[in-house]
Amino acid sequence: MEILTWTYILVGISFALYIGIAIWTRAGSTHEFYIAGGGVSPLANGMATAADWMSAASFISMAGIISFSGYDGSVYLMGWTGGYVLLALLLAPYLRKFGKFTVPDFVGDRYYSNTAKVVAVICALFISFTYVAGQMRGVGIVFSRYLEVPIEWGVVFGMCIVFFYAVLGGMKGITYTQVAQYCVLIFAYMVPAIFISMQLTGNPIPQLGLGGTLADGSPLLAKLDGVLTELGFAAYTSGRKSITDMFMITLALMVGTAGLPHVIVRFFTVPRVKDARLSAGYALVFIAILYTTAPAIAAFGIYNTIESTSEKKISELPAWISTWEKTNLIAVDDKNGDGKVQYVGDPARNELSIDRDVMVLASPEIAQLPNWVVGLVAAGGMAAALSTAAGLLLVISTSVSRDLFKTFHPDISEKKELRIARIAAGCAVVLAGYFGVNPPGFVAEVVAFAFGLAAASFFPVIIMGIFSSRINKEGAISGMITGLIFTVGYIVYFKFISPESNNVDHWLFGISPEGIGSIGMILNFVACITVSKFTPAPPQAVQDMVQEIRIPRGAGKAQDH
Amino acid sequence: MSSQNPKMKAYWRKNLQTLFILLIIWFVVSFGCGILFVDQLNAFHLGEFKLGFWFAQQGSIFVFVILIFVYVVRMNRLDREFDVDEE
Repeated sequence: MEILTWTYILVGISFALYIGIAIWTRAGSTHEFYIAGGGVSPLANGMATAADWMSAASFISMAGIISFSGYDGSVYLMGWTGGYVLLALLLAPYLRKFGKFTVPDFVGDRYYSNTAKVVAVICALFISFTYVAGQMRGVGIVFSRYLEVPIEWGVVFGMCIVFFYAVLGGMKGITYTQVAQYCVLIFAYMVPAIFISMQLTGNPIPQLGLGGTLADGSPLLAKLDGVLTELGFAAYTSGRKSITDMFMITLALMVGTAGLPHVIVRFFTVPRVKDARLSAGYALVFIAILYTTAPAIAAFGIYNTIESTSEKKISELPAWISTWEKTNLIAVDDKNGDGKVQYVGDPARNELSIDRDVMVLASPEIAQLPNWVVGLVAAGGMAAALSTAAGLLLVISTSVSRDLFKTFHPDISEKKELRIARIAAGCAVVLAGYFGVNPPGFVAEVVAFAFGLAAASFFPVIIMGIFSSRINKEGAISGMITGLIFTVGYIVYFKFISPESNNVDHWLFGISPEGIGSIGMILNFVACITVSKFTPAPPQAVQDMVQEIRIPRGAGKAQDH
Repeated sequence: MSSQNPKMKAYWRKNLQTLFILLIIWFVVSFGCGILFVDQLNAFHLGEFKLGFWFAQQGSIFVFVILIFVYVVRMNRLDREFDVDEE
């Protein structure tokens, strides 16, 4: 069968599955809509968290980024997994014991202040919208590349699917759909990786294949270092970024991960505190399967690309090159007219440009796998984008209906609250879709924003709220505002006001905008502690609450107090 | 249940000790082995991997997973020991 037919069949089956699950698990109460009734098993929650967390960027782009940056790509690998250790040890169990529905809920109660809550809601909305626009775009791109429909139609179709199960099913529908989406995406990611690993190194486990030897007996990584240096690139296993910058970016990504509202909220859905701890562990196992495979795909991909193109006749290039040339992801330009491809580090002489997304998207073709595998990768990319989009939309709708509307109209009925949550989710889908079709030029730029903001705003106040009973509302508000203003100011300056000076000579302490959230976080901590010291301690009831959340017993189901 | 009593203080202190030890390991394998001392470790090899590179792209992630499960087991035991576990 043709590739296109297979893609339609596999994507169609996966969509039918998601819709079926959504109908089967639709939410009947706000309790089910916000946190799936609080009865999700740790294993299912771990899988759902993994799918929620791994976005189109993790699935489609990350391996390619590592292909072209080698060792420097490690910031994403460590940053996006190490955050789960912080989450499991410092946040998840205590927030579960606290037992409400959202991060702004916690900030508002712990700091006995609606102002603090509103600041938290604004952060949550900003982070989630930034992210969700990127996911919708991802859905559109997968559609347009594999199903040969215009991006706009792809986005609209993706919107309809997400609308259907997020608006109908709420957190309950999303959770069980995400479990299915995790299975689809991990299968789609591993099949090509395993085959390529066997072909190149004879070892079916990609994690071992990365450290394996090629058919000619030379080690893959050493050979790759040699080939790349010869062509004028930096060696694969050595760093190009400064140690300070590597350190700060990794820290900002880790802390940012632990502060992302759509990830934190997943730990409210399990029955007990010990389940929250355990499900963070399961989540990281499921994430680690993909994250330890990605560097292998990265190295295999760049090695295969160089082997099959460098100094080869243009007329004899493999078929996948011309397939992906049609989508403009690969471009060959015979600058010196010798009829061969020169792939070299010097941009003036380089004749081959490759988009990073090709490393995953074209992996089945590079490995000459059967056509159904191509369709599987398309379904996997779609699953990654849809699951993340749904999780974010839920945070947006909860923020609007519960954190904004209910805070100021505490006496609305549950039925009305549920309706507002659904309307908010619907509006958010439409808005996200609009940005997916008309992406603002700065979507890529604002990714640094989302993590920087989460790191500089939420993380310190939540940690301090749990581990200190002395921190008060004045401290928390000034901490969040200090962290936010500094981080936003730094990123806006280098990304929008003065992009031409965005280089290491002008950066503060040599820290790039991607890593500045770490400094924002430190400033937040400092402001928080200093201001609290000079202002009155929190009321006794709040101090008692802090003591209470430190003890697992008596968690019960998350509920309205 | 009041958490100000000595027993609860002891529980919380043991909890903090556990966190402290696990977070030191977390820091050493990622920021230490993967970034700060990567060049020194790259002089050694693990199979065909340079050791520092392996920590940055594989090893640190495996250790993260182990850390969380050690934490889960240790905390469950602590909860039972201090009689604050859930039914």
